[in-house]
Amino acid sequence: MSTNSTNSSTPALDFGQKWKLDAAPETTPVQIADEYGLFINGDFRAALSGQTMVTINPATEEALAQFAVAGLADVDAAVAAARKALPAWQQLPAVERGKYLYRLARRLQERAREFAILETMDGGKPIKESRDVDIPEAAKHFFYHAGWADKLDYAFPNRQVEPVGVCAQIIPWNFPLLMAAWKIAPALACGNTVVLKPAETTPLTALRLAEVLQEIKLPAGVVNIVTGGGETGAALANHPDVNKVAFTGSTEVGKTLAAAAAGTGKKLTLELGGKSPHIIMEDACLDQAIEGVIQGIYFNQGHVCCAGSRLLVQESILAEVMQRLELRMKTLRVGNPLDKNTDVGAINSAAQLQIIQDYIRVGQEEGAELCTPTQGELPEVGFWQAPCFFKGVQPVHTIAREEIFGPVLSVLSFRTPEEALQRANQSPYGLAAGIWTDKGSKMFSLASRIKAGVVWCNSYNRFDAASPFGGFKQSGFGREGGRHGLRAYLNLKS
Amino acid sequence: MTAASSHSSSADNFKRRRVDRVASDGRAASFTTRSVKNAAKIQGLRWVVSMTDLTTLEGKDSPQTVRALCRKALRPAVGVDGIPAVAAVCVYPAFVALAKECVAGSSVQVASVATSFPSGQAPLALRLEEVRQVVQDGADEVDMVISRGAFLAGDKHRVSDEISAVKTACGAAHLKVILETGELETYDNVRWASDLAIHAGADFIKTSTGKVSLAAIMGVILVMLEAIRDHFLSSGKMIGMKPAGGIRSAKEALHYLIMVKETLGDAWLSPQWFRFGASSLLDDVLRQLRKQELGPYTAHYDVY
Repeated sequence: MSTNSTNSSTPALDFGQKWKLDAAPETTPVQIADEYGLFINGDFRAALSGQTMVTINPATEEALAQFAVAGLADVDAAVAAARKALPAWQQLPAVERGKYLYRLARRLQERAREFAILETMDGGKPIKESRDVDIPEAAKHFFYHAGWADKLDYAFPNRQVEPVGVCAQIIPWNFPLLMAAWKIAPALACGNTVVLKPAETTPLTALRLAEVLQEIKLPAGVVNIVTGGGETGAALANHPDVNKVAFTGSTEVGKTLAAAAAGTGKKLTLELGGKSPHIIMEDACLDQAIEGVIQGIYFNQGHVCCAGSRLLVQESILAEVMQRLELRMKTLRVGNPLDKNTDVGAINSAAQLQIIQDYIRVGQEEGAELCTPTQGELPEVGFWQAPCFFKGVQPVHTIAREEIFGPVLSVLSFRTPEEALQRANQSPYGLAAGIWTDKGSKMFSLASRIKAGVVWCNSYNRFDAASPFGGFKQSGFGREGGRHGLRAYLNLKS
Repeated sequence: MTAASSHSSSADNFKRRRVDRVASDGRAASFTTRSVKNAAKIQGLRWVVSMTDLTTLEGKDSPQTVRALCRKALRPAVGVDGIPAVAAVCVYPAFVALAKECVAGSSVQVASVATSFPSGQAPLALRLEEVRQVVQDGADEVDMVISRGAFLAGDKHRVSDEISAVKTACGAAHLKVILETGELETYDNVRWASDLAIHAGADFIKTSTGKVSLAAIMGVILVMLEAIRDHFLSSGKMIGMKPAGGIRSAKEALHYLIMVKETLGDAWLSPQWFRFGASSLLDDVLRQLRKQELGPYTAHYDVY
């Protein structure tokens, strides 16, 4: 063995500058118009007030496009268009509704690259993720629900199904196109019409989707897309001629919507925040668990409602887990979201970056130890937060209780499975959980007692259109995906 | 340590680690999404050449095929500048002396398979004798096979003791221990066999003989790299890695290097610590290098 094969001090792996990869940016040009209107009754039109907002690229802070801000009258027109389109859409043979969804899914696949680039430019997520996750999953959702369109009688045996009516759907900025797909696909499959409001920081892929709806000649008014901020969303949710409200976003807004919908007869589903526990037992396959933790919290910069943001590690392996987590984070590449080698992109907005930084400050003030092992400088323009984690977090700490919605992980420890369970359930949220153990009995015992809508075992952040997703407690109610997801868009008669 | 001391051996010196196959394969696949372009690609491909153990292990091998192999090892690409010699030639014991003579005075090492390759199914005394013979004939490196039968029967002491005995017989020659992962089947076994070999004295661990259809698989190699990493973190001692069998394209080879870089770090990006056991890989790497240098792809008949 050569002399450099042994090292007298603590051995350290060097993830340095040897073999620096050349930049590999996605360079395919994508057309973006200077200005986008509201998509109402099959056509684009300006807001009646003429009011607009600007959407920017969070990685460069450059303006991408102006878009219309829908006011009350615009929302009214959109809901009216959806109401008018409803009878014909309902009476269309179900198999024909399915065909529209199949067409939509295929067209999304054909234009996948364009959508991926647009999603990355508008939202800051790595092209790797929009290319491999967001867009393919969106297409899958349309394919899946296309199949249900003419089989709804089999979804709920011995019950007669009928569409709910006009659906108001409000979606967040973390998975813009995918969330649009989660909302639109089941609604249309079940024979409803839709008014969708995308988030104000990421309207572009939804508006591009409207172009695809024109391409596939979806009947006018079946899907309407109104852009704008919180006021537009409120106007839509509170519109009296809406039969159902579906919302994905913050718990705070969800509570307001629930209060407003009470007593109106509107159906409501809410998919809200989370502080999902990610549990590593001492008998877990460690390297795979670490990878799961990385995917769980740093995927999409932690802008994931089901992010595994509370890491619970059995005390006997805590030191080892910390060491490996740190090592693994050294190879995360943070930077230009359009670069195919980027693992962690830009924070979605200046406002969200501020929230994240405030939580990091509070975490330090309350006595937790911040670790930021990633290497390299962050870009000077744009909104950036290096992936990081907190050691020595106590259950009472703010960063252990509140949703940060950023690449910030809180690490806590436990000694016994019962303690792990108690810690896991000690949260106002109940969206998701992860369990890593090599022992099946332990896995099932924990999974059945954790109050979370999804429990992943020896994996994390795995999705399928056939698998229902949704929360317990303040993470919301109702499910999306699978047979359960259809339930929210149908009235059942005996 | 000798074969007789089987009651306590290095096989007892570590805790068994478990590996989740699905998640490990998923992680391995993630390395294939890295985009290696331009200067980094050329650098990577040159490393692949310099890390290659150019191999011929056929019943039909003759002195002439070994001479041709050695010539290619010394000067892999005629007419392209800056292409290094390969790391080693890997031959059967009968050709060690000849190979040594052909590469004399160069940096190219001579590696010999030994220990009744590929099955390892011969009495230990004969296998050790074979090792002593190839070392005496001038082999710089010895590629041994473990007793898979003993391993699968749970006789970890025998596996471990045999590796130790071969290590002793190697003297100054480097020992590469072939696990034949295709026959071990599970990732738990791959990890266990890697740890056994490392603790018993392996300088390198190697996936396969190339004679079993399931050879180099990225998920398997990742498990072995993790064993090497953990040993380094606990002892400070570096162990080398050699995937072998089934690696045919330059692109694949670059993905392997990415996996090495992101699992073990910069120090292992060197022929001293990482090797490719391959016979046909080199031709594709050279074609890619020529393309980067000259523009068009070289016809397959134009790579010697």
